[in-house]
Amino acid sequence: MDLTAIDPLLLLASLMVASTPILLAALGELVVERAGVLNLGVEGMMITGAACGIIFSTLTGNAWLGFAGAALGGLLLSFLFAVLTQLLLSNQVATGLALTLFGLGLSALLGQGFAGTRPPAFPKLDIPLLSNLPVMGQIAFRHDGMVYLGLGLVAAVWYFLTRTRAGLVLRAVGENHDAAHALGYPVVLIRFGAIMFGGACAGLGGAYISLVRVPQWTEGMTAGAGWIALAIVVFAGWKPGRLLLGAYLFGGVTVLQLNLQAAGLAIPVEYLSMSPYVATIIVLVVLAAGRKPGSLGQTFHASR
Amino acid sequence: MTETLLALAGLTKAYPGVIANNDVSLEIAPGEVHALLGENGAGKSTLVKAIYGLVKPDSGAMHLDGQPFAPADPKAARAAGITMVFQHFSLFDALSVAENVALGMERPPPLRDLSARIRDVSDQYGLPLDPTRIVGDLSAGERQRVEIIRCLLQDPKLLIMDEPTSVLTPQEVEILFETLRKLKAEGTAILYISHKLEEIRALCDTATILRLGEVVGDCDPREVSAREMAEMMVGGTLHVPEREAGPEGAVLLTLDHLSAPSPQEFGTPLRDISVEVRAGQVLGIGGVAGNGQDELLLALSGEMAVAPDMVRLRGQAIGHLPPNARRALGLCAAPEERLGHAAAPDMTLTENAALSGKTRKNLVRNGLVDWGGARDFATTIIDRFDVRTPGPENVARSLSGGNLQKYVIGREILQAPDVLVVNQPTWGVDASAAAAIRQAIMDLAAEGTAVVVISQDLDEVMEIADAFAALNAGRLSAPRPARGLTIEEVGLMLGGAHDMEVAHAEA
Amino acid sequence: MITLERRPQPSRAWSYLSPILAVLITMVVGGLVFAALGKPPVEAIRTIFWDPLFGDFAGYFRPQLLVKAAPLILIATGLSFGFRAGVWNIGAEGQYIMGALFGAGVALAFYPIEARWLIFPLMVVAGTLGGLLWAMIPGVLRVRFGTNEILVSLMLVYVADFLLDAMALGLLRNPEGMGFPGSRNLQQYPSAHNAELIANTGLHWGVIAAFFAVVAAYILLSRHIFGFNVRLAGQSPRAAAFAGVSANRMVLICLGLSGGLAGMAGMFEVAGPAGQVLASFNVGYGFTAIIVAFLGRLHPLGILLAGMLMALTYIGGELAQMNLQLPRSAIQLFQGMLLFFLLAVDVMTNFRIRLGRKGVA
Repeated sequence: MDLTAIDPLLLLASLMVASTPILLAALGELVVERAGVLNLGVEGMMITGAACGIIFSTLTGNAWLGFAGAALGGLLLSFLFAVLTQLLLSNQVATGLALTLFGLGLSALLGQGFAGTRPPAFPKLDIPLLSNLPVMGQIAFRHDGMVYLGLGLVAAVWYFLTRTRAGLVLRAVGENHDAAHALGYPVVLIRFGAIMFGGACAGLGGAYISLVRVPQWTEGMTAGAGWIALAIVVFAGWKPGRLLLGAYLFGGVTVLQLNLQAAGLAIPVEYLSMSPYVATIIVLVVLAAGRKPGSLGQTFHASR
Repeated sequence: MTETLLALAGLTKAYPGVIANNDVSLEIAPGEVHALLGENGAGKSTLVKAIYGLVKPDSGAMHLDGQPFAPADPKAARAAGITMVFQHFSLFDALSVAENVALGMERPPPLRDLSARIRDVSDQYGLPLDPTRIVGDLSAGERQRVEIIRCLLQDPKLLIMDEPTSVLTPQEVEILFETLRKLKAEGTAILYISHKLEEIRALCDTATILRLGEVVGDCDPREVSAREMAEMMVGGTLHVPEREAGPEGAVLLTLDHLSAPSPQEFGTPLRDISVEVRAGQVLGIGGVAGNGQDELLLALSGEMAVAPDMVRLRGQAIGHLPPNARRALGLCAAPEERLGHAAAPDMTLTENAALSGKTRKNLVRNGLVDWGGARDFATTIIDRFDVRTPGPENVARSLSGGNLQKYVIGREILQAPDVLVVNQPTWGVDASAAAAIRQAIMDLAAEGTAVVVISQDLDEVMEIADAFAALNAGRLSAPRPARGLTIEEVGLMLGGAHDMEVAHAEA
Repeated sequence: MITLERRPQPSRAWSYLSPILAVLITMVVGGLVFAALGKPPVEAIRTIFWDPLFGDFAGYFRPQLLVKAAPLILIATGLSFGFRAGVWNIGAEGQYIMGALFGAGVALAFYPIEARWLIFPLMVVAGTLGGLLWAMIPGVLRVRFGTNEILVSLMLVYVADFLLDAMALGLLRNPEGMGFPGSRNLQQYPSAHNAELIANTGLHWGVIAAFFAVVAAYILLSRHIFGFNVRLAGQSPRAAAFAGVSANRMVLICLGLSGGLAGMAGMFEVAGPAGQVLASFNVGYGFTAIIVAFLGRLHPLGILLAGMLMALTYIGGELAQMNLQLPRSAIQLFQGMLLFFLLAVDVMTNFRIRLGRKGVA
């Protein structure tokens, strides 16, 4: 084994890249859950986003349009979830599972013509001046646009939830939907919006895997990333700041185990590969903190 | 007061199977305190929801300041100057006072300015409140202040209050009335919903009485007697429960320095409660909501385990035993919440009979449930307690509140327990069902059962209890004989007005 | 305006009708999808639902029905208790794998001793235990630390999946396999082989176990106090606590039961139809069983029928893949759609749909 082959700077830089898909998906789900809805379909929306990303970027030859298509795909899928859970009042857990199973099938069908195609390259944005900084420049300022978009979204969601009236209303709806309804807030409409934001974010996260991380299409390529995103929301205690930490923690474990595999550590590859999942469980047990939104997962029906 | 602020004409609202409001008309003038009086299910809530834009009436018209008024939603109603203090469902436990207030306003100022205004208004009206506190940590009375201040900040023309005093101590009620009189003097109209006649006589200028969705009369509450109003409200004479005081027997239930943290978020811990209840005795435990009532019931029913010696039945330590073991020993309980705690809403009455009756009625043999026996038990409860339902195969939530309450109380009484603990036995129940339930509880005591009645309804406690103790912030006062206690004494036992008196002295 | 109005009682008729309606809608929409893929829709639907049972080669496919339905029914029956009680074990796939590993592990430990009376029953016990222990991880974590069992059980699917790879390449690899991955083939080890009991029927011990599971579940649910407690815990947790049902014990029992049955299913599969521990051993039965459980309305008899139907879509799907070049993923989509439509139609069980203004009753 050759541990010197692991470059710590490169490791930290790739950590930011590795955590981006999860960060995006988890951020969307965080907003959904703050509105009181539990959407377990993140995995299904991510994989559909991954397929849509490949399709749109290959057809248009533009990676950004690929991301836009992925967001649209995730959004449409989440719209189905919203109709079922918010209008037809179906069980959120069961519907989320259905969404994941459905998304896995749908993406496999959509993506089958695109296996092996290489998506158009997604350029890195070297930020002028900052990217030339020693150490930090290499770690933080030589990434592609989606990495920065993800970070920007974290800040935007934080600002939205804690500093705006609309964010307060969304939190109120998630906290106690009966009270919010009694005060005249459109609970179902607000939840529709949140769910679709979550779908678009999950789509973006999925596309980042198929367009940047891998980059090509294979069936089931999200490999549980959506579920890990769900876990990170719990870990984060429904707070955007901690969410970033959780995503980096997970990204770190992923990158480290990949590097250890490459360095030829004397542990079978399979055991290293399972480490992100085991780490997620451990993190959930040991570090999960915070109070979940009061109405999370409950069906809302405005009765008399 | 000749001008009219709000006029309702011929308002009708029907739900499948029930007409909530039928051709209701009334008028409210500025500065008038108008009582809306009626039993549970008389249609008071539906009517005010229509005014507040939560319910759209099927027919009829409303006019505000002479203009046609048909609010599409509460926002429209608030914009027109109508605000409402709800009985339940309108505060967010995890949010701060200021955030809660902001959510009830159309265009709230920035949070910092809002906090300052909350402090101003709360001083002005003698309702002290810290805008940064989390609402879940507040007492019931303080929570109500949040709602009232939320309304006052919007300079309402009409303030609707739905059963505002059910969560207050007598002293707190007095302070609330002071605030309302002040508002009235400033020209604010108040629509005051209640079924408590003495309060209405003390506060209101006019009363509209509803029964089964229809207006059955208007009166000036200061000129008619409470009895006359009660008869209009109920539509007949009231049966007042009675009992013969039996000799008191041996000590059956002992609570010995009972302390326990609350299992619920924002709950109240139990603090060092000691009391004894004898055979044939009814111990009434009064107190304002959220002072440990739920926790006390859980500790007694066995849903919350405590140290063995803290709860003793006939001297035997049972604090650690789960519910069914306690039932086997003769301790039964009936929680406050009918749907979802005492009974499973989507299960049939037969299944709900087995729910708590399985142990003492021997309904499980070799692990198999005797559904025939459970049905018989359910039928017996239905017959003996006059539960109105097509039959035992109907699900619990299809019953009206009063009927389901008779069912769940009857279920425990018919198990012939040695000790019965009930929490809020007649909450939200119409007067005739309430009287029947109270009578049944007193009959049970007369047969030698030790009964603990936890209730926020002081009239009820004083009516049926032999001894009275007050629960305040998780502590229980020493019990005193109920006979001869004045309402002021009871109020002081309940903790008085908490921190409000000083504030009003300054105001 | 369309409004939903809660029924005073759940509708019995709709609870039977909605799965059937969901299947019909899925067939129609599925047919449209197939048409969009350029396949003849009616023929595709017929190939999936009719040909395996009554087509030209039905004699070959019919036994497959039991083989594929048995694990689905076994797993779904176990899951249904948890789903009723609000305990969401969605990691049955992982427990299925662990059952197979434990069962095969026991068999391979004894190899080549011939003692069927000892080895086969021991494998059943080990397989069940393997699934049960794997399911106890989310169970204990939930009870002890309040950790979400949905996420933990799901994470453990991936862990089990990698463990399967590791075993197929490492500990359990066939020493005489000339370096190929995979264990010895248990079909060639009489003491461990879960063989067809009656030739050309597909009937093996797993089928019998599934049948017994259905009967036992039926009795538990309808007559036994445990079934009552399960329903109570799911419908109304606080009423369950009042009735003396311990929420923690319910979590452990439901996870243990579903994990045990999933493990048993995995063991029967690896010792019979699959034959060996191989990376490609698991084909998603643990996830499809979730659909089966819901489609069967969490009722044992419903699960029996739903399991057969899902098995049919697997077999019919393979047939359509061969005859019509219908992509495999189309069937996966089809199964997902089925659950979707079921959940959508289900609204009718508890609600009435009203058009226009609410009338006066």
